[in-house]
Amino acid sequence: MGATVIRSTRGSKAVLAGAVVAVVVAASLPLWGESSWMREFVEISCYLIFAMMWNLLAGYGGMVSVGQQAFFGLGGYVMLALGNLYGVNPFLAIPIAAAVAALASLPVSKLAFRLQGGYFSIGTWVIAEVFRLSIANVSAVGGGSGTSLTALRGISRSVRESTTYWVALACVVASVALVYVFLRSKEGLALQAIRDSEVAAESQGIGVERMKLAVYVVAAFGCGMAGALYFVSNLRISPDAAFGVDWTAFAIFIVMIGGIGRIEGPVIGAIVFWALNKFCSDYGTWYQLGLGLLAIVMTLFFREGLGGFLNRRLGFDMLPTRRILKLGAEPVALKSQPVVEARV
Amino acid sequence: MLLQVDNISKSYGSLKVTRDVSFSVEEGHTLGILGPNGAGKTTLFNLISGDVRVDSGRISFAGRDVSALRPHQRCRAGIGRSYQVPHPFGNMSVFENLVTAACFGAQVSERAAWDMAEEILAKTGLLAQANKPAGSLTLLNRKRLELARALATRPRLLLLDEIAGGLTEPEAAELVAELKRIKAEGVTMIWIEHVVHALMSIADRLLVINFGEKLAEGEPQAVMNNPDVRRVYMGLEA
Repeated sequence: MGATVIRSTRGSKAVLAGAVVAVVVAASLPLWGESSWMREFVEISCYLIFAMMWNLLAGYGGMVSVGQQAFFGLGGYVMLALGNLYGVNPFLAIPIAAAVAALASLPVSKLAFRLQGGYFSIGTWVIAEVFRLSIANVSAVGGGSGTSLTALRGISRSVRESTTYWVALACVVASVALVYVFLRSKEGLALQAIRDSEVAAESQGIGVERMKLAVYVVAAFGCGMAGALYFVSNLRISPDAAFGVDWTAFAIFIVMIGGIGRIEGPVIGAIVFWALNKFCSDYGTWYQLGLGLLAIVMTLFFREGLGGFLNRRLGFDMLPTRRILKLGAEPVALKSQPVVEARV
Repeated sequence: MLLQVDNISKSYGSLKVTRDVSFSVEEGHTLGILGPNGAGKTTLFNLISGDVRVDSGRISFAGRDVSALRPHQRCRAGIGRSYQVPHPFGNMSVFENLVTAACFGAQVSERAAWDMAEEILAKTGLLAQANKPAGSLTLLNRKRLELARALATRPRLLLLDEIAGGLTEPEAAELVAELKRIKAEGVTMIWIEHVVHALMSIADRLLVINFGEKLAEGEPQAVMNNPDVRRVYMGLEA
């Protein structure tokens, strides 16, 4: 007789079904929605993808990078250069830009991985600044004052906006789905083990260094994709906007609010961030102070974040990555009715 | 010999924590390691498991030089270890802790890892805790988890670092019974322990170290009667 392991509950299946419906409804938005909604969605998508990558790095890999904007900006600039200088369709340039960012992360990791803890954080920030200063000296992409994306000029505004929106939706769905499938897989176990104890993970047969490098490269890919997407939508790029440390600051905020080291974290955090931004940003400096204060309070008193809080209130994980061993006599410790997915 | 340690040394700056230590362990045997606090027992484990690299000397496992291998490679080669201070994967369940060890240490498929994990949980008395977060366990159960997780990597050589420390007398007796069962299955063990009578009930040989050096090695009773050991370890005048 083999072990019976439960991987999802009725509740989590309902969440998944709800998500599918939401995506289908969202996909039809260009047919009935306003163009400002689409622009807002694209912007928050970029924040969400960026935050999800930061969550992978810091929340799972223990790599608290403050320099992911290096790959975000690089993605943006590669897309722009391909579009403006080489005539590549900017939408097609998005995955290429992401791949270039991933490729660039390999040599960068050689440098960054020599540093640990706080030194790693500051080091990655310095590397991002090097990226910013280097790009600011390339006159072909506008130097220090930046330039506009001209490659999309021939396309009508409504086609451009709806295409950008669909591409953003596809990027978000793909990112969330890939991260989710990955975390549920065997490799996901290794990543969670590294999150909890690097020393023990290594001694249990997990190649920690390789795993961290893989996460770093994947995060660079995601950040590059977010950057390319952002500037396809924004149409104007400058080194300060592309490589600003604000990107990482907001990502940290989003992840902290939603819950670090849990997959729902960035998704919930991004929604909260969007709402705060929409309804409170008129308060200017006070708004930003408020964000900072909120992040500090969450970090000190609500480490599980809103994601953890919601999971506890619901009594099941919305996006379960856990493996629950079905024990003979004892009723399974889940409030929601379990669905047995696999039997050996 | 399953494990052959030849003249290994390790220093941190001018502090020599392991000086020219050699010993070997036969397949199926249990070697007990004794020594005062700070004698370098845990360092010795770290050198064997690869958490710390040797400065000089050679460690061979199953006829293969493992001195240059990383800890995860040594684990896959068959060296499993527990930590003196338990290092559970705290946010993962007890079951998942074992599944992880089986997947990556024993390198079996996930399905096979589920079965292995369940079996080991039953064997180590942790089945009732299977779905609890490992970080929420009591000390006794954390120590059990250290042992169970090390077993899930399917080790040929098991390194146990003070797993009886801090346990009550009946708890320690239970643990010894468990270790005897593991030994009977043919697993070779090296056990660092201050609870001498627990150690004596299982060990085939004893190794005593002091200031990073080998002080004595041999049959348990003979080692315990060694005047140097009595002086250094028990604080007795010989």
